[in-house]
Amino acid sequence: MKLSHEEVLHIARLARLGLSEVEVNRLQEQLSNILENFELLQQVDTGNVPPTTQSITLQNIMKDDKVSNSLPKDQILANAPRKEGDFFRVRAVLGE
Amino acid sequence: MMTQDQITIHEAHKLLKSKKLSSVELTKASLERIHQVEPKLQALVSITSKLAINQAKRADELIAASNTGLLTGIPVIIKDNICTEGVKTTCSSKILENFVPPYDATVMEKLNSLGAVVVGKSNMDEFAMGSSTENSAFFTTRNPWDSSRVPGGSSGGSAAAVAGGEAIYALGSDTGGSIRQPAGFCNVTGLKPTYGRVSRYGLVAFASSLDQIGPLTRDVRDSALVLNAIAGYDSRDSTSAPYPTPDYTQCLTSELEGLHLGVPKEYFVEGIQTEVEEAMKAAITKLEELGARVEWGVSLPSTPYALAVYYIIAPSEASANLARYDGVKYGFSYMDASSMWDAMEKTRQYGFGAEVKRRIMLGTYALSAGYYDAWYLKAQKVRTLIRQEFDQAFEKFDALVTPTSPTVPFKIGEKVDDPLQMYLSDVCTLPINIAGLPAISIPAGFADGLPIGMQIIGKPFSEETILKIAYAYEQATEWHKRKPEI
Repeated sequence: MKLSHEEVLHIARLARLGLSEVEVNRLQEQLSNILENFELLQQVDTGNVPPTTQSITLQNIMKDDKVSNSLPKDQILANAPRKEGDFFRVRAVLGE
Repeated sequence: MMTQDQITIHEAHKLLKSKKLSSVELTKASLERIHQVEPKLQALVSITSKLAINQAKRADELIAASNTGLLTGIPVIIKDNICTEGVKTTCSSKILENFVPPYDATVMEKLNSLGAVVVGKSNMDEFAMGSSTENSAFFTTRNPWDSSRVPGGSSGGSAAAVAGGEAIYALGSDTGGSIRQPAGFCNVTGLKPTYGRVSRYGLVAFASSLDQIGPLTRDVRDSALVLNAIAGYDSRDSTSAPYPTPDYTQCLTSELEGLHLGVPKEYFVEGIQTEVEEAMKAAITKLEELGARVEWGVSLPSTPYALAVYYIIAPSEASANLARYDGVKYGFSYMDASSMWDAMEKTRQYGFGAEVKRRIMLGTYALSAGYYDAWYLKAQKVRTLIRQEFDQAFEKFDALVTPTSPTVPFKIGEKVDDPLQMYLSDVCTLPINIAGLPAISIPAGFADGLPIGMQIIGKPFSEETILKIAYAYEQATEWHKRKPEI
């Protein structure tokens, strides 16, 4: 399993992860090496085996539709890098 | 005042209750010890002296009113991925370097309601991704037994702090061995409860189907006491198990008659250190002498696939969980960006360290169009096989016994350039998270002055069985009484 330079850039873009050229090259080598080692999974016969997404048998956990307290706005906004009044300040989403 | 550096919770509780010692005195001794050894250990990201003294004063009032639980007034250290209201919670990451949670994790609400005293937050591998604390964005914690070696990880700060006498116990989190492996490396007791036993609410998410919070303590009784305090259903964690919790100290007897233990041969992997293998054989023979029936050479044939399964599933879940770090709501934010996307990409580029980026990339790849079936879905199917083999083994055995790690603590720097070698140090612990089982690591020997841990694995929600086995072994041996000189 050898990842190309372009594939690494494509994955980074999907993850919205900026990478330097040095990081792209290093990840290309390391991820290729890791995936090559993990190819042994393809040998396992999983024909009729269902996937496991979690290890306990609970399903469809519902909550009562009751109003409860939430945290005060000022506490939520206290960690915001940029804010304006009662809002998180974001950069323009449209118009690029 | 007498030295309190290495006492247990139950010993300290007796001193507090009989008023031979106050919580303020105990807390001051803990803080003094921290200032004395921290330059060498570097186990803590934050020292919460002021908070601790206030909590200790309140605990002393509770004790004066005879309103005490076993954890009242006892100093504790919390891994820095567990949210503490008003106290920085960094995950040892630049991206959360200044994050102050507006709420407490459920485990913190529980400890606070019992009058616990928080003296610090411990260093870890960034976002709990690692086996040595070398992936911390801040510094590497030292092993108290040899400062040129790692304390294990990712809860390396918690393990080193308990072994080094900084607090009487600690909380850690375990996604693939992150409580047990450092416990083994530092000669303390580390328990990973069954998935769902302890609420994950307020634990910063890494891999949500694998993460569990648990205690690092100086003996097995303390492990049971802390589990009593933190276990139980929580409506705020939808994977929390709605089952009653027993008093985990009731099972602590030295009687192993009638218990049937299996020793899976795949855990004595290629590359296992000879001394570790010998220590395990001696320890398991000891369990036999204590009355357990032992079957050697049991086979769990899918074990060799566990590493690949884990390192596809955990990074996949991590890549989704860590998508929330976008520089908008909290955490580090890159300010000089030209656009929204540029800001987001640069925030993540400069906010995350190398291992976190590696796992986000690996997980994103395994989940991406065209590769999902071949990697992620395949790993989930092999996960089923691993679980089924454990289920079958537990039809016959009450517990399984293995080494915690194939080697003693390794040198700082030894594995940093080779991610696969680093991943292999968790080869004995990560199958347990894949199956959601409870497991405990206890001191079981030394090689050249470095600790060796033994792992005892139980069926789901059988913490009592593994605690009982661990307790019987501990009472019959002296390993846990050895303390490092710092």
